[in-house]
Amino acid sequence: MSKKTVVDIVTEWDIVAARQLGRNITKELGFDTVNQARITTAISELARNIYLYARAGEIEIEKVDTEDKKGMIIIARDKGPGIEDVHKVMEDGYSTSGGLGAGLPGVKRLMDHIELKTSIDKGTVIRVEKWL
Amino acid sequence: MKELQAQYKRILADYVESQTERNLYIGQNFIRQLIQKSVTPEEIINIHKSSMEEIYPEIPPAVSHGYDFLIEVMVHFGLTLREHQSLLEHQEELRIEMNVAAKIQNMLLQTEMPKTNALDIGHISIPIRKMNGDYVHFLHNDEDYVSVGVIDVVGKGVPAALCMSMVKYGLDTLEYTNGEPSYVLEVLNRIIERSVDDSMFVSMFFGRFDCARNIFTYGSAGHEPALHYKASEGKFHMLESKGLLLGVMPDVRYSQHEVELEEGDFIVMMTDGVTEFRNQSELDSRKVIEALLLQLKDLSAQEMCEQMYQELKKLQELALDDDFTVVIFKK
Ligand SMILES: Nc1ncnc2c1ncn2[C@@H]1O[C@H](COP(=O)(O)OP(=O)(O)O)[C@@H](O)[C@H]1O
Ligand SMILES: [Mg+2]
Repeated sequence: MSKKTVVDIVTEWDIVAARQLGRNITKELGFDTVNQARITTAISELARNIYLYARAGEIEIEKVDTEDKKGMIIIARDKGPGIEDVHKVMEDGYSTSGGLGAGLPGVKRLMDHIELKTSIDKGTVIRVEKWL
Repeated sequence: MKELQAQYKRILADYVESQTERNLYIGQNFIRQLIQKSVTPEEIINIHKSSMEEIYPEIPPAVSHGYDFLIEVMVHFGLTLREHQSLLEHQEELRIEMNVAAKIQNMLLQTEMPKTNALDIGHISIPIRKMNGDYVHFLHNDEDYVSVGVIDVVGKGVPAALCMSMVKYGLDTLEYTNGEPSYVLEVLNRIIERSVDDSMFVSMFFGRFDCARNIFTYGSAGHEPALHYKASEGKFHMLESKGLLLGVMPDVRYSQHEVELEEGDFIVMMTDGVTEFRNQSELDSRKVIEALLLQLKDLSAQEMCEQMYQELKKLQELALDDDFTVVIFKK
């Protein structure tokens, strides 16, 4: 079984809503407390980037719960300015939070897989996965 | 992970049972293992929480919630830690690359000391960091002349090293011309002015010894004056020559001067890493160097260079803070 839910990100409180949705699904799937915290943190970072840099966008969370695969696919989508230096943003020490560990390299560490598509003035799509 | 958790629980239970220093010590040793295995802070708190719940089934829910909160906020600590580790690894890679680069630089900049009966030649060049900002280039392709360029790139590290290679190749192209010092300086100035960034300056002393006439001809581009010891007078003379640093302006003219070398005379060329002592004026440091050279004057040119380095290092309390280069031509 696989189910998708979408949260629109417009205000800062929508970040909380996306976290909440993600947290509920992590619990339903049976992730332990540490991984619940990690996945939620990743969702939070992605939603925050939309809120800060693209003004608006959405977080889609897909719950995958089949015989042979259990986990989550999270897609952050926006029609914002896009990311100019894609390779740099995945490097440590580049985020404006500078040395605080989080940001996109942090998301990459927290999750099993990350894919980033972006184009200037068209927007950004980031897809991350975490499997049980 | 299961095994680690069981161990942690045992150690924790021992401490809850009896709060001895010994049990704390064991705990710290154990955490070191966990760090080595890259167990993150949030995982450790989770292990702690589960262990507490197992040791203490009656633990109040408020305490468990408190741990959950701590796990959540510690995720960021964990990320910071891992970022830190990966930056350290990155730094290590850079360090290794830097070592390789330094080796290549040393190979590229190797200069062969001329073998000649006309002169006793000594040379030392000790970099303060991995990459040397000083460079010595000897030219000696026939029996008539021995020439040397002593070069100091203002600016340090990798950019200076790259600039240095250019200077070397510039000098290599002059190899067979037996150039006069003023000509050599003018050509190099043009090369450097054209191709190097404005923030990079190069000082150079160029000297050429005419073996048949015993005449030393020299010119300088903003470099430290050399010292000429005249045995007949028992005194030093400064070999100064005014000239702009290389690479500042195109088409600079450089002058050159001549001195005669008599038996027992020697010429000491050096970079500012030799003459600039901390807490001392230039005048005083020159006096120190002259007094030192006077003591060493009966050694071979190479021994003089090496002793000079040892003595000045002692004098500066082993804290030389610039590349150190000396070349001695001794008659
Ligand atoms: N959705 C996005 N749209 C446009 N730019 C973004 C987006 N997400 C991230 N960026 C750019 O990438 C940079 C790095 O992001 P991130 O790694 O989250 O660190 P931080 O947000 O702390 O700067 C941001 O500063 C921003 O310029
Ligand atoms: Mg961010």
